[in-house]
Amino acid sequence: MDRVPVLKLGDILIVSIQIDLQDQSVLALQEDLADQVVATGARGVIIDITAVEIVDSFIGRMLATIAAISRMLDAETVVVGMRPAVAITLVELGLSLGGVRTALNLEKGVALLNHLDGAQIVTAAQ
Amino acid sequence: MTTSDDLPIKSNSDVVLVRQHVRTAAVNVGLSLVDQTKVVTAASELARNALVYAGGGQVRIEIVNNGIRKGLRLAFSDTGPGIPDIPQALTDGWTTGGGLGLGLSGSRRLVDEFDLQSAPGEGTLITVTKWAR
Ligand SMILES: Nc1ncnc2c1ncn2[C@@H]1O[C@H](COP(=O)(O)OP(=O)(O)OP(=O)(O)O)[C@@H](O)[C@H]1O
Ligand SMILES: [Mg+2]
Repeated sequence: MDRVPVLKLGDILIVSIQIDLQDQSVLALQEDLADQVVATGARGVIIDITAVEIVDSFIGRMLATIAAISRMLDAETVVVGMRPAVAITLVELGLSLGGVRTALNLEKGVALLNHLDGAQIVTAAQ
Repeated sequence: MTTSDDLPIKSNSDVVLVRQHVRTAAVNVGLSLVDQTKVVTAASELARNALVYAGGGQVRIEIVNNGIRKGLRLAFSDTGPGIPDIPQALTDGWTTGGGLGLGLSGSRRLVDEFDLQSAPGEGTLITVTKWAR
């Protein structure tokens, strides 16, 4: 089973999904992220799905669950880099991802988190 | 001429393999990027259902031709418990597995043709087709 690495940049955790994940890896990522939010006191989570070719109901549910869990742990989640074909398919599938914030790319995701927090979350980045 | 590819669905990694084979076939048929994405997503839902609700099954991936257009046909079969109430199973939000209840109803929207045959104790056969435009 593949594990997705979780990177820390300032007060943000960044996850970039680069391969087609099987369901157990998706669940493991969900748990890793919850643990890391608490362990690091992160204020934001960015999930980069630029490389993700499909989002089905399982991954969609994982994105919504991560957003809900991190919110309860005082962190905001932003999903970035969704491909247009993925967005079209998700809507037709019936998944609106209502509770999940999105941004077009990583840079905009970081800007959104900074804006939400009212303070500069990323202190490490120039 | 038709080409077909049979794959088992016995584990979570098989579901990943099904997605990959369906993607390759969708490219070969000449589906647009959006249509490739739709049919691979439907395949992922139906493969997972076979695994979760029937303990496994198989899929036949076939390139078909109706004389005018090429298409991709996927037949998911299992010998699991079957679906007692098909209209109910095809309703958005209906789930017996704690899911979102979108796999079947959503897949139906993502393809051009959708056929579901099932009866209690007799397994399930779901055939979907996506035509190249
Ligand atoms: N191959 C199958 N064999 C037996 N029952 C099935 C099969 N596929 C689906 N079902 C039944 O139909 C219901 C609806 O399936 P559907 O895929 O739409 O939703 P789900 O799997 O419950 O949730 P989701 O796919 O959104 O995560 C399932 O909960 C299950 O009861
Ligand atoms: Mg399902």
